[in-house]
Amino acid sequence: MGNYFLDNEDIQFLFRHFDMKELARIQELETFNGDADYVPVDLDDAVDNYWRVLELVGDIAANVLAPHAAKIDEEGNRLNPDGTVTLHPLVQENLRRMAQADLMGFTLPRKYGGLNCPNLVYTMATEIVSRADASFMNLFGLQGIAETIYAFASEEIKDEVLPRFCRGEVTGAMVLTEPDAGSDLQAVRLRAFQDETGQWYLNGVKRFITNGCGEILLVLARSEPGTTDGRGLSLFLTERSERVKVRHLEHKLGIHGSPTCELVFDNAPARLIGERQRGLVTYVFALMNGARVGIAAQSLGIAEAAYRLARNYAHARQQFGGPIERLPAVAEMITDMKIAIEAARALTYYTSMICDQENNNNRILEWKKDLSAEEAKQRKQLARSLKRINAMLTPMSKYYASEMCNRVAYDALQVLGGSGYMKDYAAERYLRDARITTIYEGTSQLQIVAAVRGVSSGAFETLVAEWEARSYDDPLLRDLQQMLLGGRNRVVEAIQAVKQKPASYLDLSGRRLVDSAIVVIVGHLLLDQARTNERKKRVARRFITTQMPLLQAWCQQILAGDMTPLEEYELLAGPVPTADQLG
Amino acid sequence: MPYECVVCVKQVPDTANITAEAMKEDGTVNRAALPAIFNPEDLNALEMALEIRDRYGGRITAISMGPPKAAEVLRECLYRGADRVILLTDRRAAASDTLATSYILSQAIRTIGRYDIVLCGRQAIDGDTAQVGPQLAEKLGLPQITYLEALLGIENGRIRVRRNTGHGWEVLESPLPVLVTVMGTANQPRPRSAKRLMRFKRAKSRSELLAELKAQNPQASEAELQPALQARMQQLEDQGLLIEEWDLERIGADLSRCGATGSPTKVWRVQSIVLSRKVYKQYPPTEEGVRELVHELIMDRILG
Repeated sequence: MGNYFLDNEDIQFLFRHFDMKELARIQELETFNGDADYVPVDLDDAVDNYWRVLELVGDIAANVLAPHAAKIDEEGNRLNPDGTVTLHPLVQENLRRMAQADLMGFTLPRKYGGLNCPNLVYTMATEIVSRADASFMNLFGLQGIAETIYAFASEEIKDEVLPRFCRGEVTGAMVLTEPDAGSDLQAVRLRAFQDETGQWYLNGVKRFITNGCGEILLVLARSEPGTTDGRGLSLFLTERSERVKVRHLEHKLGIHGSPTCELVFDNAPARLIGERQRGLVTYVFALMNGARVGIAAQSLGIAEAAYRLARNYAHARQQFGGPIERLPAVAEMITDMKIAIEAARALTYYTSMICDQENNNNRILEWKKDLSAEEAKQRKQLARSLKRINAMLTPMSKYYASEMCNRVAYDALQVLGGSGYMKDYAAERYLRDARITTIYEGTSQLQIVAAVRGVSSGAFETLVAEWEARSYDDPLLRDLQQMLLGGRNRVVEAIQAVKQKPASYLDLSGRRLVDSAIVVIVGHLLLDQARTNERKKRVARRFITTQMPLLQAWCQQILAGDMTPLEEYELLAGPVPTADQLG
Repeated sequence: MPYECVVCVKQVPDTANITAEAMKEDGTVNRAALPAIFNPEDLNALEMALEIRDRYGGRITAISMGPPKAAEVLRECLYRGADRVILLTDRRAAASDTLATSYILSQAIRTIGRYDIVLCGRQAIDGDTAQVGPQLAEKLGLPQITYLEALLGIENGRIRVRRNTGHGWEVLESPLPVLVTVMGTANQPRPRSAKRLMRFKRAKSRSELLAELKAQNPQASEAELQPALQARMQQLEDQGLLIEEWDLERIGADLSRCGATGSPTKVWRVQSIVLSRKVYKQYPPTEEGVRELVHELIMDRILG
C-alpha cells in the first residue's frame, strides 16, 4: 500500500513550510464558504483536513491510478460512430474512485458540496495525481472549469451545475482552440447567435479540445458579428447533446488517457456566462491562469515519477563492477534532476499560494459590502499588487516547471540507457507525456512573452526586494544571498540594456531575461526553505552555484545586443520554402 | 426495497509485514509488535454492503469486537459510508477463540435486532481460520453462503450470489435473512470519502474519550472524571459522532461462554520451520522432463 503523498518528503516539507494556517484563515474565516457537517471546527482542524485529503489523494494515486496507467496509455479511448467517445474502462474506474472519494469538487465552496480547499492544496494534489498518471490529471485537473463557472456565471447556473461537478457526475472541457485560432485566440470564429426568444446557439468547429467529450463545455464563441478581435468574443456554457459531436479523436504522442477531440457544434443551445464580450479578455484569461498553475503541477508530477525511476535504476543497475550511480556523470544527472524538481516545486507552490491570496482578497472585495473605506482601499491596493506579481509568476511557473519536466524526463530515459528506450519501462511514457507540457495552455514562448512584461516593468524587483532585506544567521546562507543580490543587479542591468534597443529586442531576449529572473526568485525561495532544514541548505547551495554562471552568461548575451535572428533571418534561416515544399 | 446490513469487521496485525517479534512464546500473536490494520477481506464485506445500499437503499451497521483501539477500524467504516458503528469491547472477552467470538457476535447482532444480510470477510489474516462467519450463522440460525464472489441480485426476499468453489463457481439463491462471507476477489473496496473523513475523524468511543480525559487530568480518579466524560459523550452523540461501545452485559452474554473460559481451543505446539537446505533439481526442457516434474509435484502434494 504505497502513498504518493506520504512517500514524498519534499511535498510534506513544503506543507509545513508554508503558513497553511494563514491560508486556512483566509479561506475559512474571511470568506464564508458555506456550512456543512464537515466544516472544520477551527484553523488547526482545517489544516489537518488538508493533510488528510492529500493522504487520501496519495493513496488513490499509488493504489488505483498508477497501476492503471500503462494499460490506459497503450489502449487509449474510443470514438464511436455516433460522435460520442467511450473512455477507457480504467479511466472510467479512476473517475468513479475520485468521485467516491469526493475529490472532484476540490476547491469549490461547501454549499455546492465542494471541499473548499485552498489552491495550494489542489496544486499539491494535482502533482500527486500526475505522478501516477499524467493523462488523468487532464480530468482531475480540469476543476478550473467549475471554478470559472463559480467565479463568473449566474447564481442559477452555479446552483444547477456546480453540485454535479462536486458529486463527480460530470466533467468539463474548456473549448477554446480552433483550426485557425491556436495561440492567437482573438481569431476565434465559432459563431454564437440568438433567436427571437433570446436563446443562444453555437455553430462551428473546435479543435484539440482536451476532454471535449465531457458533459459541461465552456465555449469561447464570436457573439458580435462583424468583429475580428477578442472584444467580439463571449463565453458560453453548453451541455453534451446530439448537437455537439466529436468528429475526430486525435492520435497523440503522449497523455493517451486524455481524450483530445475535434468538436462540431450544430446549432447547439447554449447559455451565456457572465457578460457579453468579456469572454476572452476577462473569463478565459482567468481560466487559463488557473490552468497554467495546473500544468506546472502536472509537470512536477511527471518529473517526480521519472526521477524516481532513474534514481532506483541508477542504484540497482551494475556496470563496471558497481552501481552506475557511482559514475560521476550519472551521479550529477540524478542530483540535478532532484534539485531541478525541488526548484520548480518551490516556484509553483509559491505561485499557487499567491493565487490563494489574490482569489480570496478579490472575493472579500466583491462580497463584503460592509468593509470600512480604509480597509477597502487597502484591499484594492493589495489586489492590484497581487495581480501584478501573479501575472508574472503564473506564466513563469508554467514555463519553468514544464521545461524542467522535459529535461528530467529526457535525462531519466538517458540514465536507463537502452532499457529506457524500450517499452519495458515507464521512462519512455514519461518522456512522451512530458512533451505536451511546454505546448498546451500556452507554449513556453508565449509564457515568456507574458512573464517578461513583469520582469521588465518592476514586478520582479518589487518581489525580490523583500527577500533581499532578510537577514540570515548562517554564513553560508548570507553568502548565497549576496550572490543572488549580484545576480539581481545583472538582471536589472540587462533590462536597462534591452530598453535602449528596439521593442522587438525585448521579445528576442525574453527567454534569457525570464530565465535569469527565475534563478534569482527561486534562489531566494530555496534560501527561505533552508532556514529550517539542513539538507535544503545544500540544495540552495547547489542550485545557486550552478545557476549563477548561467545567469551571468545570459545577461552577457543580452548586453551584447545581437539581433541577427531578426535582422538577417532571410540570410541565415535557409532558403525560402517553395510552393512545392509547402505541400 | 431497502435492506439492513450488518458487517463484522476486525482489526488485525499486519501479517503481510511480519517481523521476528511477531509471535509470543506461547505461540499466540504478539499484537503489539505489528501494525494494526483493517482485515483486508472485511473491507470487501463492507464494500459489498455499500454496493447493496447503493443499489437498493437501506442501512449499514458495522460491528467490531476487540480492544478499545479497534475503534480505528470503525472510523474507517464511517469514512467509507457506514451509517452506524458499534464497538464490542470488554476485558472479559479477551482470549476468545472462534467459538466464543461467534457467540459474542451473535448476541450483539441479536441486540441490534433487525438484519437482512450479515456480511463477514472470508477470513482474518491473523488466525486464518475462516470459522467465525459460519459459526455465527449457525448461532443465529441463518442460512450461510461462504466464499461469495459476486452479488447477482436481491429480489422478493431472496438473494442470488455467485460463490467460489475452489475450482470453479456456483450460483446460489437463499432466502433472507442470510449470512455471507466475502472473498477478496469480490470487489475493489472504495476509497475513503474526503467529506466523511473531515467529519468522522472526530468520532470517538467512550474508552477513547476517557483516555483523553485521563491524559489531560492525570491526578483525577475515574469517578471524578465521570461528569466530564458524560458531557463529552453527550456532545458527540448530538453531533452523530459517538462510536457506540457495548460490553457483555449490554448484549446479555452468558459469561461462561466468553473469553478464555468460553474458548476450548488451546495452542498445543507451535513449530517454527526454517528451510535451511538449498537443493535444486534440474529437469530437461522436454515433454518427458515436464511430465516428470508434474508427476513429482503431484506426489509431493504441491499440485492436485
